[in-house]
Amino acid sequence: MTGVHLNRDRTRSLLLGTATVLAVAALYELTARSGLFPRALMPTIPKIATTFIDLCADGTMFWHVFYTLYRMLTGFALAVIVGLPLGVLMGRFRAVESFFLPIASALMPIPSLAWVPVFILWFGLGNTVTVLIVFYAAMFPMLLSAWSGMRSVNQLWLRAAGAMGADARALFWKVILPGASPFIITGLRQAFLRSWIAVVGAEMIAASEWGLGWVIYDSKEFLNVDVMLASVAVIGVIGFAFERLVFGSLERATVQRWGMVRAAKG
Amino acid sequence: MAALPETLAAEAPSATQTESRLRAIGRNALPFLVLGLLWEIAGHAGIFPPKLFPPLETVGAALYRLTVSGILPLHAAESLLRLAAGFALAAVVGVILGILMGRSRYAEDMLLPLVSIGAPIPGIAYAPLFLLWFDLGNTSAILLVGFVSAFPIIFNTWTGVKAVKEVWVRSAQVMGADNSRLFRQVILPGALPYILTGLRLGLAQAWRILVVVELLAAVPWGLGLLIFGARQFLATDVMLAGIAVIGIIGLALEKLVFQKLEQMTVVRWGMMQS
Repeated sequence: MTGVHLNRDRTRSLLLGTATVLAVAALYELTARSGLFPRALMPTIPKIATTFIDLCADGTMFWHVFYTLYRMLTGFALAVIVGLPLGVLMGRFRAVESFFLPIASALMPIPSLAWVPVFILWFGLGNTVTVLIVFYAAMFPMLLSAWSGMRSVNQLWLRAAGAMGADARALFWKVILPGASPFIITGLRQAFLRSWIAVVGAEMIAASEWGLGWVIYDSKEFLNVDVMLASVAVIGVIGFAFERLVFGSLERATVQRWGMVRAAKG
Repeated sequence: MAALPETLAAEAPSATQTESRLRAIGRNALPFLVLGLLWEIAGHAGIFPPKLFPPLETVGAALYRLTVSGILPLHAAESLLRLAAGFALAAVVGVILGILMGRSRYAEDMLLPLVSIGAPIPGIAYAPLFLLWFDLGNTSAILLVGFVSAFPIIFNTWTGVKAVKEVWVRSAQVMGADNSRLFRQVILPGALPYILTGLRLGLAQAWRILVVVELLAAVPWGLGLLIFGARQFLATDVMLAGIAVIGIIGLALEKLVFQKLEQMTVVRWGMMQS
């Protein structure tokens, strides 16, 4: 009984949701066709779709996506390589913690994009600036969540493992690190979100030829709103895919399988 | 009850307390001293051109000069005004939409897909679009800042309203609360911890993005403009001074504004520990 009921509820939600999205799209289409605003500034949806297909067909979209992902993933990987071990060390050793924590707390409130002009002066226009900005943006969430994960490992587990004869190495690899992993995964997620914003912003100001951020900003000069909207959609889809597919499956493969956090319903 | 620990603390020898506080300050200052020393050595060694890598005293002098002449406060005030305008817009719209979504199934079914489509796109990606639609200048900057900070506010308000305990709502109804009292005295206070979290996240995101928006929208004043403008003249000292001010304001918004607000409401009501 309840199953049927639930199902009907979900269908209703789905129908209403689809209807709203379609209604908003129709409203946009009508406004675009009404001629109230210049056609160049408000292209119709079929126009945006054809532009998107054209961009994919001649390969430009692929290269923009490639460069953006390349810059973002390089910076993100650097942040993980530096931030994760440092956060773990901060959680393990008091001296490391008392040296790096004040510095991290002072640098974190500075928006990464504010560094763009300084980095351009220091490193010149190009990939280096964007990669470093992404690194700066992703570094602090990674560092701080690894650190708080290490500190929040259940004391009972440590005692239990110690009583069962685990040595320091086994304790670290089998208890502390898995215990901290929910925090570390949350940190990876936040670091990704921050780097996704940072890469688009930095490309707008500092990139010179390719990249989704650059193409959006460059289209402004030529009033190519269709290119702009198509690229914005691609940015949204990639961000969504990373969040759901990559981090979702990472979570299922580790902390959910170990029974440390429950899967969200639905 | 609460007075007891205070009197106990007052009786305790205060000499050790000041000493441990001094030690804490010293411990926090040490990393900055080390970092500052390294910076000074690198700045004076002449490896990098001093124009691009100014020693700290030059940055300090630039900060002092700009503050005394009133240029820096004016830039900061313009940025804060823009932030306040955009954030106020987002707070009003976001809280209203979030509450609607939390209270009404219809609103939830209709609005949730739209919000979920918009949320994963970084707000900065819309910046050029806003500039074309609303022209360069303040309107675009404020609308964009508002747009960016609205999403966390909507999401958290919605979650907060749904997280209000059913028991509280039922017992208030049994005790004869009408709809408007139920809303003002049960649902709103119950959802407040979440709403405050949403506002805090929204404000932080708005501040992060404002710097770039100010550059792209080509507004005449603002901290973002100050640092990007200084690049033309290779004035790295001015840029670093501006970045420091941006960081300090961001920290102050977080620590002073929101911690005070939380102390006054949810912590005082016993819903959250400080």
